[in-house]
Amino acid sequence: MPANHLQALTSPQMSSRVTVLCTSIVGEVSRRLCKLSPKRRRRIHDMCIQRSPHDTTEKLYTKYKEVIMEYITSVVLPSLKDKHDEFLLRELVIRWSNHKVMSKWLSRFFSYLNRFFIKRNSLPSLDEVAFTCFQDQVYKVTKGKVKDAVISLIDQERGGEQIDRGLLKNVIEIFVEIGTDKMDYYKNDFEEEMLKETASYYSRKASNWILIESFPDYMLKVEECLRKEKDRVVHYLHATSEPKLIEQVRHEVLCVYSSQLLENEKSGCCVLIQEHKVDDLSRMYKLFSKIDDGLCRISQIYKKHVTVEGTTLVKKTDDVASNKEAEKRVVVGLQEQTFVREVIELHDKNMPLVNDCFQNHTLFRKVLKEAFEIFLNKTVAGSSTAELLVNYCDNILKKGGSEKYSDEAIEQILEKAVNLLGYIYDKDLFVEFYRKKLARRLLFDKSANEDHERSILTKLKQQNGTHFTSKLEGMVTDMTLARETQADFKDYLQCNPRTNPGIDLSVTVLTTGFWPSYRSSDFHLPFEMTKCIQAFAEFYPTKTNSRKLTWIYSLGTCNITAKFELQTIELIVTTYQAAVLLLFNDSDRLSYSEIMSQLNLADDDVVRLLQSLCCLKYKLLNKEPNTNSISSDDVFAFNSKFTNKMRRIRIPLPIVDEKKKILEVVDKDRKYVVDACLIRIMKSRKVLNHQQLITECVEQLKVFKPDLKLIKKRIEDLINREYLERDSENLNLYRYLA
Amino acid sequence: MRRSSTRKSGSAAAVNPSSGSSYAYRSASGKAVSKEVERIDNLFYTYADASSGLIDPEGIESFCSDLEVDCTDVRILMLAWKMKAEKQGYFTLEEWRRGLKALHADTISKLKKALPELEKEVARPSNFLVFFSYSFRYCLTEDKQKSIDIESACQLLELVLGSQYRLQVDKLVEYLKSQRDYKVINMDQWTSFLRFCNEINFPSLDNYDEELAWPLILDNFVEWMKGK
Repeated sequence: MPANHLQALTSPQMSSRVTVLCTSIVGEVSRRLCKLSPKRRRRIHDMCIQRSPHDTTEKLYTKYKEVIMEYITSVVLPSLKDKHDEFLLRELVIRWSNHKVMSKWLSRFFSYLNRFFIKRNSLPSLDEVAFTCFQDQVYKVTKGKVKDAVISLIDQERGGEQIDRGLLKNVIEIFVEIGTDKMDYYKNDFEEEMLKETASYYSRKASNWILIESFPDYMLKVEECLRKEKDRVVHYLHATSEPKLIEQVRHEVLCVYSSQLLENEKSGCCVLIQEHKVDDLSRMYKLFSKIDDGLCRISQIYKKHVTVEGTTLVKKTDDVASNKEAEKRVVVGLQEQTFVREVIELHDKNMPLVNDCFQNHTLFRKVLKEAFEIFLNKTVAGSSTAELLVNYCDNILKKGGSEKYSDEAIEQILEKAVNLLGYIYDKDLFVEFYRKKLARRLLFDKSANEDHERSILTKLKQQNGTHFTSKLEGMVTDMTLARETQADFKDYLQCNPRTNPGIDLSVTVLTTGFWPSYRSSDFHLPFEMTKCIQAFAEFYPTKTNSRKLTWIYSLGTCNITAKFELQTIELIVTTYQAAVLLLFNDSDRLSYSEIMSQLNLADDDVVRLLQSLCCLKYKLLNKEPNTNSISSDDVFAFNSKFTNKMRRIRIPLPIVDEKKKILEVVDKDRKYVVDACLIRIMKSRKVLNHQQLITECVEQLKVFKPDLKLIKKRIEDLINREYLERDSENLNLYRYLA
Repeated sequence: MRRSSTRKSGSAAAVNPSSGSSYAYRSASGKAVSKEVERIDNLFYTYADASSGLIDPEGIESFCSDLEVDCTDVRILMLAWKMKAEKQGYFTLEEWRRGLKALHADTISKLKKALPELEKEVARPSNFLVFFSYSFRYCLTEDKQKSIDIESACQLLELVLGSQYRLQVDKLVEYLKSQRDYKVINMDQWTSFLRFCNEINFPSLDNYDEELAWPLILDNFVEWMKGK
């Protein structure tokens, strides 16, 4: 149409033309007829380019909006008005979809408006106009009912019914899209209520479950509903809802009842641990790791459990020790070994729990350590656990102790034993007892396997540092050196026949400091042996310089041939025992005091020796009177009538219990160690207050846990010896005196 | 009883070898002061032992009886403190002069009057700590001695703290005598006793914290008290 033709139209005419045009276009679009005849398009275009006073763009714009509004009020709203539930949702989805399409096409057709008029006047675009209409007229009116419908469907699905997930997804998308870039509508008009409803739904469920389900079954239910809710999000809720949704659910089903669940007497955490239900424990760990304090509480229950189990083992051993009077020593000794073994088993049982079920979490490693430290640092049957552990290792390492185990098995056992030491505070006590036992094994040839001896020392070194095992390693090395020296000694004797004493002598030279201290005595060595000692005493300086030898005869062994009336038997005895027996070469009868003076030993030694020779298993001497204990009035005679089916017998000499002495040694050492530590700290810090000094001292001491009173006493001693002084103003402050 | 009576300045030369200097002194400074010094010195010589030139335990005994104070009275210890006397049981001339000059006492009667004032002075907190430490050192008779035996410590406690801290001293003495851990008390422990009496509520002991740097002997004492 020529331009002037349009010009000729009046305003009202133009107005109605626009109306008609818009309406028809809208109508056609709503019927999904997106084609517009060129004629129509042309007409729009012409209208848009008119100049004033025939400028119709503004009218077009206004009409556009009006028409859309009318469409909504007359078509869309009525279609939604009386619908409910699923029907409402379906209708809404259709209407929204239509609207979007319509808006898109209309914008396109009237795009000329967008380009000039709207821009020039900063008005909302046609898109925005359409959108706002829908939002104001449709969404705001129906959102309440829609929300309720959606939530109700969700609950139905929770209840087990099948619902149309696709539909829900579409509806929920409306909530999202209606907010353009912001999620405010989704959150406020839907999510908030949905979360509340979820909470109350699960609150009801949980209050039911808690009454009827066992803890493991309850957890399965929790797992399941969490999984289902996650699934729900994937399928139709918006991703941002997931954390909040899960949080709500978890709170209602787990947090609220966490204590009740864990502490359930029949099936709670404690029971699961006791019954070693690894699957349930793993599940519990996973679930409770997500709630505040969850793992903390579990770890406390776990710690208590382990502590109780350990303490029961302690008590069992204590009971045995206090009950049996008669065969006390043997039974107690056995029970003590059992104790160590059972503690190791307890540890073995718990490691998989910590590593697997509790995923090696530091919290659980820590409480396991604390629990073991609690019961392993009690006295058990009157002995320190350090001593028991040493005895346990001794039994493995000595001959006959572990023949049934393979090398690998023994390695494992030693590994576990060393592990246990990690929990014991009195490590220095362990070393001292170990030294004593090691000395006996080495000197009396009771060690089963040198490789194992070295292996355990390596493990101890790895755990506690080189200094810890230096003495022990020195002892083992001494034995190797002794063999070399012995070979040289043999050569020497061959080359110097006049020095040869005629008796096979083998000497082990011990480096003082490595070995436990032994008191040398003024023992009168039998004549036959003095020549042997002399030979070695002459040889030794040819090998080394400036070494002083002190002979410890109490540690020697002797093979002695005894001619009895019916047999000749070889006896393996200690040097002291040999000395007693040799006395009877010259006298038939000897009194106690004669024996004592000839040997020049103390009473307790003499009593022990004589007991071993006539009151225990082998009666090599006869005693008058024939009682079972030694008294200083007794008289002894050689028992020539002694027989035995063996040709060679070892006559054991019971060991003196040196526990008390060892404890004294260790106590004394500790004083020096603490002194050195305190001086070291003060030297570097110069000035330090009391609590800090104590704290640092405790931290630095690794081989034992110092008694606070001990540290205090040492500080006072150092003040007295003028290494430290108290500050005159602040009496809690110490100063180092150079 | 006095061994000798006061002499005129002239014949003082026979007893005091350094009379020359005191003569010069008298003429150099004011008459009143020098008279005081003279009298102080004279007083010294009434108790001093002729051969040693010191007042020895016997002299102190007669000094005390003139003062009408028991030799074991704490005021004698206070006097010793004022004199800064070094050796228990002996006063040197210098110490004597120091003490009596400070008290402005050159006669026995003046000394007697000065004693209450001296007690007050010692009781002042700033002085008391010094006096308290001094009393311990005063008991160390041997050269390298650093501690005193329990019995002496108890007596000293009684003497020095008995009036001010009756309750504490009674209990502390009872404890010290009954325990076996310590046979002697050293200076550090001694000073802590005073601190203990000053700071710790007795007999409740509610503000005692054994995690602080109190000597172990007091930790044990508190434990013993709580156990009763």
